[in-house]
Amino acid sequence: MSVLVDEDSRVIVQGITGGEGKFHTEQMIEYGTNVVAGAVPGKGGQEVAGVPVYDTVEEAAEAENADTSVVFVPPAFAGDACFEALGVDALDLVVTITEGIPTQDVSRVYRRLQETDAYLVGPNCPGVITPGEAKLGILPGNIFEAGRVGLVSRSGTLTYQVVDSLSQRGIGQSTAIGIGGDPIIGTSFVEALALFEQDEKTDAVVMCGEIGGEDEEEAAAYIDEYMTTPVAGFIAGRTAPPGKRMGHAGAIVSGSGTGTAQSKIDALESAGVPVGDTPEDVVDNVEDLL
Amino acid sequence: MRLHEYQAKQVFSDAGIPTPASDLAATVDEAVDAAEEIGYPVAIKAQVHVGGRGKAGGIKLVEDADEAREAADDILGMDLKGYTVDRVLVEAAVDFENELYVGVTMDRGEGEPVAMVSTRGGVNIEEVAEEDPDAIAREHIDPAFGMHPYQARKVVYDAGVDREIAGDVASILRTLYQLWDDRDGADAEINPLMVTGDKEVVAADAVFNVDEDALFRQPELAEMEEEGEFAESELEQKADEYGFDYVRLSGNVGIIGNGAGLVMTTLDLVDHYGGTPANFLDVGGGAKADRIANALDMVFSDDNVDSVVFNIFGGITRGDEVAKGINQALEQFDEIPKPVVVRLAGTNAVEGMEILNEDLVTVEQTLEDAVQRAVEYAEEVEA
Repeated sequence: MSVLVDEDSRVIVQGITGGEGKFHTEQMIEYGTNVVAGAVPGKGGQEVAGVPVYDTVEEAAEAENADTSVVFVPPAFAGDACFEALGVDALDLVVTITEGIPTQDVSRVYRRLQETDAYLVGPNCPGVITPGEAKLGILPGNIFEAGRVGLVSRSGTLTYQVVDSLSQRGIGQSTAIGIGGDPIIGTSFVEALALFEQDEKTDAVVMCGEIGGEDEEEAAAYIDEYMTTPVAGFIAGRTAPPGKRMGHAGAIVSGSGTGTAQSKIDALESAGVPVGDTPEDVVDNVEDLL
Repeated sequence: MRLHEYQAKQVFSDAGIPTPASDLAATVDEAVDAAEEIGYPVAIKAQVHVGGRGKAGGIKLVEDADEAREAADDILGMDLKGYTVDRVLVEAAVDFENELYVGVTMDRGEGEPVAMVSTRGGVNIEEVAEEDPDAIAREHIDPAFGMHPYQARKVVYDAGVDREIAGDVASILRTLYQLWDDRDGADAEINPLMVTGDKEVVAADAVFNVDEDALFRQPELAEMEEEGEFAESELEQKADEYGFDYVRLSGNVGIIGNGAGLVMTTLDLVDHYGGTPANFLDVGGGAKADRIANALDMVFSDDNVDSVVFNIFGGITRGDEVAKGINQALEQFDEIPKPVVVRLAGTNAVEGMEILNEDLVTVEQTLEDAVQRAVEYAEEVEA
């Protein structure tokens, strides 16, 4: 099944009655995603985009036999929404699109996540797509082509840029995972890479990182030790000055010099990962790896 | 969001952490009055968000009214790394024996908070962290339970704090953690936590950074943020007003885009092709025409900017809205102030290209071409 999502995924949308939730539910359904229910407290019994709405995630999952949830709930309530989804055993994937959730809320969600077997992608992410089968989130489906290159990225629009270049050169994608630009996220680069490593439908992986934190360095160590599937890399933020937050809450080079683009590029290159200077270079590197 | 020192001290002091007597002053006379009231010696400290204030001349220790007048006169109005000082904190000087460091922050790698204590406070703690990481004792806190009292004691003992004051320091650390937890802190630090000859502990400096995303539920801190805006540059105030993620840099190629990763990539490409980026500006997702026009206004107001590159990859942002915004912003000029290069891709890019007034902008098809063109324009202006 490629990874995380496919045409058989049965999807709940939390926050389906909100503007964003409704619009993107329609887009997901149009793409072919099997959206089976919505969950919004107090809105049970309604119907949105032809999908029945339930008051709780548990009810929705039980009634519609769901296995996945996508969270479009506003930031003040999104932490709670994640807890609710993680409390339902039947759900093995939660994708949180919401941007701007307080970090301490995410820290508690992350703590809860460690006690479950579920994957949580995000928050503050564009979602997950298996081209030609299903998409979860806000990714523009029309730029993706089905194929055999996996993609994992902290940034939405940078993903689109790279995917567009891949598709235009006839290189399709198995699954693309936007893991999100926040300081604390559920699914890390390492976990996403491990999924691609085990996937028979993925021949190579593109990994787009950015400044801040040490997730890319950890990914490099993982690639070096465990991966046989080749990886091409890109790191955004080479010109970012220390101490300034570059849009994403997580994209900041600390004063003591950790989290710099150079340390990430060095780590990846020493793990044998070619790191492109430009998005087009990345696509050239993918062509060489295939 | 970072509180000023005087604001952070107020928050700490209200929670029961001992701080020196102090008062805020905006004029030389106010500063001298405050110093007389507090009693000498006092420190006069610039209230701006820059590191290394002391070394840059932003902190002065004075012994009498004449010295206080002279110091306040020097510091008020001075330029500290691009920020003009218009408030000083006048504070009782502490006669100390040694200096500790106490802090709470989010360890993003672990996804949970960490408490830190060191007996090597007072100097650049980041240098200590790098050169001698073992000199800082650390204890991770489970966010589901909060800090247990034993954890506060443990980290204080681990750091090698004098037994005589260990109890007081542990108690201050617990208060600091509780504040961090209750008030949505990002970083809470006391550096230095001064230890006097009488074994009193006093917070001589205070850092409290608040999670911007949590300001909606911290009304008191949100008010402090507004009150503290006097120390922002004009461009930062404008970015706040428009609600942009904006960072000013030192180059001359202005950059506007959507999505942090793609904007950062555009900056990197400007550098790659031999130019220097003037700024980071992310209009965010789903920007409408007005917002696009505001972004151009923002970048045009930076005198350093010689050319502008607009790079939009539409997902939820629509190319036609972007094109309308660009036309709207540029049509009001008799002469375009700075050349603008536009690259549109993704949702409604084709419609956008049709709408764009090509007499006003240069259109390029790829990101690489657009950046190269903007760099060329900037070079022509400089030549």
